[in-house]
Amino acid sequence: MADPMKIRAQLQGDVADVKILIFHPMETGLRKDGVTGQPVPMHFIQTLIAAHNGRTVLEAQWSQAVSKNPFLNFRVRGAKPGDKIMVGWVDNRGDKASIEATLS
Amino acid sequence: MKHPTTEGVKIRTMRRSVLRAVAVAMATAMLRPLQLLAGQWNKAAFDARAVADALKGIGVTATEDSDKIVLKAPEIAENGAIVPLEIASQIPGTQAIYILVDKNPQPLTAVFEFANGAEAFVATRIKMNESSRVRILARAGGKFYATMREVKVTIGGCGA
Amino acid sequence: MAAPEHDRGSMIELFKGKFPGFSLDEYVDGALMLSPDAKAQFDSIMEFPPFQGEIDKGRILWEKPFANGRTFSGCFPDGGRNVAGNFPYFDAASDKVVTFEMAINRCLRENGEREFGYGDRETMGILTAYARTLSDGMRMNVVVDSPAAQRHYQAGREFYFRRIGQLNLACASCHVTYAGNYFRDEIISPAIGQTTHFPVFRAGDFLHTLHMRYQRCMEAMRAVPLPAGSQEFNDLEYFHSYLSNGLPMRSSVYRK
Repeated sequence: MADPMKIRAQLQGDVADVKILIFHPMETGLRKDGVTGQPVPMHFIQTLIAAHNGRTVLEAQWSQAVSKNPFLNFRVRGAKPGDKIMVGWVDNRGDKASIEATLS
Repeated sequence: MKHPTTEGVKIRTMRRSVLRAVAVAMATAMLRPLQLLAGQWNKAAFDARAVADALKGIGVTATEDSDKIVLKAPEIAENGAIVPLEIASQIPGTQAIYILVDKNPQPLTAVFEFANGAEAFVATRIKMNESSRVRILARAGGKFYATMREVKVTIGGCGA
Repeated sequence: MAAPEHDRGSMIELFKGKFPGFSLDEYVDGALMLSPDAKAQFDSIMEFPPFQGEIDKGRILWEKPFANGRTFSGCFPDGGRNVAGNFPYFDAASDKVVTFEMAINRCLRENGEREFGYGDRETMGILTAYARTLSDGMRMNVVVDSPAAQRHYQAGREFYFRRIGQLNLACASCHVTYAGNYFRDEIISPAIGQTTHFPVFRAGDFLHTLHMRYQRCMEAMRAVPLPAGSQEFNDLEYFHSYLSNGLPMRSSVYRK
């Protein structure tokens, strides 16, 4: 099974540059199924949270207009090697996933 | 970042398997804040079909144009399904960044709230249905600042 | 052989005249090299491509042992690293052009496995989306070194310049004569560099091998597409790839 998401975190001085990719269809509800011709129901990530050593640094809310397989890049100051960055999300169906990276 | 070399792929593969193990262990720790946050999704603002209603939904009464919101966006989007945006606010004390696409069926696209050392910076990719003004807001000290950019779209991205 | 080298040389001269100031290596970006705005979007998307999961699936397939315990990497020199640029090559014994995809199927056959469909995204598509990245950075090195090889090269060359379909266009009409011009909203890419980066992921999502791309071109020309893996396409790829000799490969990239 492929991973539900990927994370790359790099320290540049005391700033952690974090990039994540989430494998998610981000269905707008406007797309029609190629075979059945029926509209594909809306299915998208609504909320995302990122934490640095357990402290929330970013809270995001998204619409269905964030691209399929969403990409997000954010930066956290005051980071050092060994620190942990965690990112998690929930979609409109209640599906969720999270991932963690240790800075080096 | 360059395209993954074989070496890079191998290293990342190894790191990923470590990450996955950690991800499973941490999932429960993340569950509570995620659950709490899920309840906070601003349905009224995200469902709004007019920019004015979306702005109202996020509590904006007035905005001030600012050149201190630096937006990197395409002039002509290669494909409306995947329009890369990079936003940095140089306004001191920026607490949040908002992305709106005026002509999308629902203009409000994303809200990012920063805390505890996060820079007022975000890069992401969005869908655009047609050529439109992209409206970026930054919230600082209870005030809203705005910068706008016209992005031309030749291949619409909402049916994608 | 003199003729292919002459073809490649005159094509380079033609494009140098059309697009002054570009290095030959920049042609791997195709139409993107002519639009800094489009190239910036490409670079941003390639930083963490949305189709990375497909490449990962290809890696899993590449590493998955056959029933006999062997793997794909055992069928290629150096485990498949820096080999894709040597394809297609001409095989005198069979009097056929051999593509990288044919070598994949030969590997399956020799190991008692079922072959992949040349037009199947879920097998050949994703496998090559990974396997070809093992040759990223390799410079294309297609060899035409016998009269028999040159016959196949010529067949491919003839295809590239032949007018077909209801629009009466040849590949060369667009990608040589009108390269750099707009077709609707798109800048037309030059012939050189076109074979260096397949498969591509159009809209960051839909995998197209080179032969699938040929099919889309034929549809755009209002011609009936040939099957992926057909001899006509193999010969076309042989000529087409020769034009990109010396250029660095970079597979599995974003195209709009």
